[in-house]
Formats: sequence, C-alpha cells, structure tokens
Amino acid sequence: MQNQNLTTLSYYPGCSLATTARENNSSLVHLFRHLGFELAELEDWNCCGSSSAHSIKTELAFDLACRNLSLAPPGRPLLVACPSCLLRLRHAHLQLKKDPNARSRYETMWDRPFDSELNIVHFFELLDRIGLASFAEDTPQRLKGLKFVSYYGCMLALPPALRHAKDYHGLMERILSSLGATPLNWAYSSRCCGTFLSVARPDIVTPMVNDIIQGAQGAGADCVVTACAMCHMNLEVRCTLTAKVPILHFSEILSLAFGLGTNEQESWLSRHLVDPVPLFKAMDLLK
Amino acid sequence: MPNNTSISTNVLFDLKGKDPSFAAEVKCRSGVDINLCWHCQTCANGCPFSQAMDYAPNRVIRLVQLGFQAEALGCSGIWLCVGCNTCSIQCPNAIDVAAVNDVLREMAIETGVHVAQPQILDFHNEVLNSIERYGRTHKLEIMLRFKFRKRDWFSDFGLGFKMLAKRKLEFLPSRIRDVTQIRNLFQPEADEAAPCKIKI
Repeated sequence: MQNQNLTTLSYYPGCSLATTARENNSSLVHLFRHLGFELAELEDWNCCGSSSAHSIKTELAFDLACRNLSLAPPGRPLLVACPSCLLRLRHAHLQLKKDPNARSRYETMWDRPFDSELNIVHFFELLDRIGLASFAEDTPQRLKGLKFVSYYGCMLALPPALRHAKDYHGLMERILSSLGATPLNWAYSSRCCGTFLSVARPDIVTPMVNDIIQGAQGAGADCVVTACAMCHMNLEVRCTLTAKVPILHFSEILSLAFGLGTNEQESWLSRHLVDPVPLFKAMDLLK
Repeated sequence: MPNNTSISTNVLFDLKGKDPSFAAEVKCRSGVDINLCWHCQTCANGCPFSQAMDYAPNRVIRLVQLGFQAEALGCSGIWLCVGCNTCSIQCPNAIDVAAVNDVLREMAIETGVHVAQPQILDFHNEVLNSIERYGRTHKLEIMLRFKFRKRDWFSDFGLGFKMLAKRKLEFLPSRIRDVTQIRNLFQPEADEAAPCKIKI
C-alpha cells in the first residue's frame, strides 16, 4: 500500500525525539511515509524552550518558539510530534496573532513577515483527518489479542487560551482497535507523568508513576501506549515496581502493526528500559 | 471575640500593609483575571502535586488576591507546579493557573525572595544553560550538572548507567548551526523595565 506521490510536510521533532526517543522519531517517519507524507525537518530548528523557559523566563520561551515558527516555509502545515513542544509553538503563534507588539518583536528579530496562516498540527490531527482507523480496516488484524491502555498524559489537554482546538482523546483507542487490539478502561489516561520533577524531585514522581503503572496492571493491560516521548521516558525510568509493563510509543506500535521499518524495529525495541520483545514475540509481530 | 456568635474576618486575615498592586501586577503580566476565582478548589483537588505543596493552587491565588506577596512568592506550590494544566482545564472559570504560576516564579526571582524549592530552580537553570550552549537540550549534561550542584553523586547512578547502555542518553549534544542567534536571546535587553510587554 506504499504511496508513491508523497506530500511534503514541515516537521518539528523537538529535542526528545531527536535524542532520547529516536525510536519514536524513526517509527513516526516510517508511518507517515506509508501514509503518503514526507516529513521535512525544519532547517536548524532549536529547542522550544521546554518547561523550563516558560517556568522562569516567559519572554525567552516566546522568542525560542518564535525562531522555530520563523523557520517554517509558507504554504505547508508544520507537523509536531511532541505534545509539549506543540503547546509552546501554538501558544507563541496565538500570542503573535493577538498582540501587535509581539508581532513587531517577531518581525524585527527574525526579519520576516509573520505567517498567521501557518497551520501547526499534532500528528494525531493528521491521523484523524486521513481517517487512519478506516485505513487500518483494510489491513490484517495484526494486533488481535493485544490488551492495552492509552496514556495521553497532560500536554495534549488544552489550557484556557487554546481550549477551542479539537481534543483527540479516544483516537489511540479507535485506531488500535481497528487493528484488532482491545482498549481497556482505566483512570490514568490524562494523568501527568511528573515531567521534569522526575529529575528534580524523583521522590514525588516515583509514587505517581507507580500509581499509573499499577492502574494499567489493575486493568489487565499487556502494555501502555503513550502519545508523548517524555511520558514514555518517565513511565519507564521512575517505575520501581517489580512487575513492570512495557511502555510503547503510539507510532511504534502502529509501525509494527503495518509491518514498517522492519530493518530498524530491533533497534527501536532495544532502546526500551522495559523490554517489549517478549510481548511482541508472543504476538508474532516481529519478523 | 464576643460569645463566638460571629467570626470577624479581622481575626482570620491581617490585611494591614498588604499591597493591592501585587494582584494588579500579576493580572497584568499573566493576562489572567484571578478575581474570577471563587475558590471551589477544583484545581487543588485535580492537581497531581498538591499533596507535596505548602499552598495548593487555589490558595496561591487567594494569597495573590489578598496581597500576601511574600507568602505567594516564597511558597513551594509555585515551584512544584509543572504546568500540566490539569487545574486550568478543570477550572469552571477557565482561569489559567499555570500561567499565574509562571509569573509568580519570575517575580520570585526578580524580587530575590527565598526560593522554596532551590533544586527545581537549579534544574530550570541547567536546562536553559544547555539551550544557551547548544540551541537544544543535552540531557546527559543537564543531569550531570544538576547532580554536581546538589553534590549528589549516587542517587540514580544505576539508572543513568542503564540509560547510557540503552543509548537513551547520548554523550554528545545535538546542536544547532546558528547558536549565536540563540545566545543573543539570552542577552539582557535595554528596555527590560516594561513589565507587560507580552501577554495574551
């Protein structure tokens, strides 16, 4: 089903996907190529400012996001993989739309006109728009027998200024169940993973993460599917329970189900701290 | 107090010397109307971190409303907030509590009050230093420098080793070509005084 005429999208991977979550990045690129999209990384993109910039220097957070926006070529959507980066970029874009002073700062600093039409999309939005769930119905039910819980984390939720954007909770359940997997109900799908407190205050984050993992175990899940690379990392590194549950990137499980990136799958899975290979072997998902 | 028949608010709060301009400044800089808060405590109940905070989110808002500047800027609640937005999503009045906390942290640094969670500020500074150096975050270096500041060499040693073995942490940073552009953003500006330059 490989699509030959690829549509090019601008792509902002963010620091996590470029480094600690390479498996997330690589599987996402494979998935989108399969769906007919080429992801063109923004030339020389910088960090969006992460949690730290807006936490203590809001103006710096704005400028860092703006430099990225200024790098986006006009006329094509900017695809963002990390929910946290998405929030930072969208927030800056909204400020630019609303505040003429912010706009003149942007135009002086980056020496180009502000593109109010720039469409900043999370990859969920695109999967929703192209109807991946119906797309998946044509492929064999490769995930049959897999019981999972979806973990959206907190960053896909929308703060007041952005609350009119569409909410994509339920998308992972819809798409994965169209591939044969069984979504389970649980109470933690939007619970915050602890973000940077995982480094600064692990004593607070460890019990939170253990609660989340116990919630998944209590629901009877074989795995947790995450939307966010940072959540993925925290759920893996801060869980101190003896019985662990594999944590999978949404893009990874989709690529596996569609049989994409077969040469790289091993390198994706070897980067997990909780080994998902036994689960996939049992499901006969690995080549 | 006569016969306990009525409770005077005078004994609950001593508002003498409290500065109403503090609330005005927070409102101006955050663009958030904190007077919309009716203290239903939905934010405090939803916040995953409120157990660890001295003042839960709505109580920080109350401190600001009443002009308790030293208490609001000196509390741990503003530093333990990670900006997950759980509070502002659940708030019936759509108050952006996380944006208020952003401003309170900035004001805490500007006014030089005692930072209630210095290790969290250290962490933020290490992240920003990394961005200034490379244009992107280099997680291994951030963690090592953070540990160095805390003089804490052994906690997470095993974890760090495991992450290196799994190639989750990289030795070399991912850096941008035009780092000078980023470094310029860290230079102080001449017109720094104007407090309400950017807001929604």
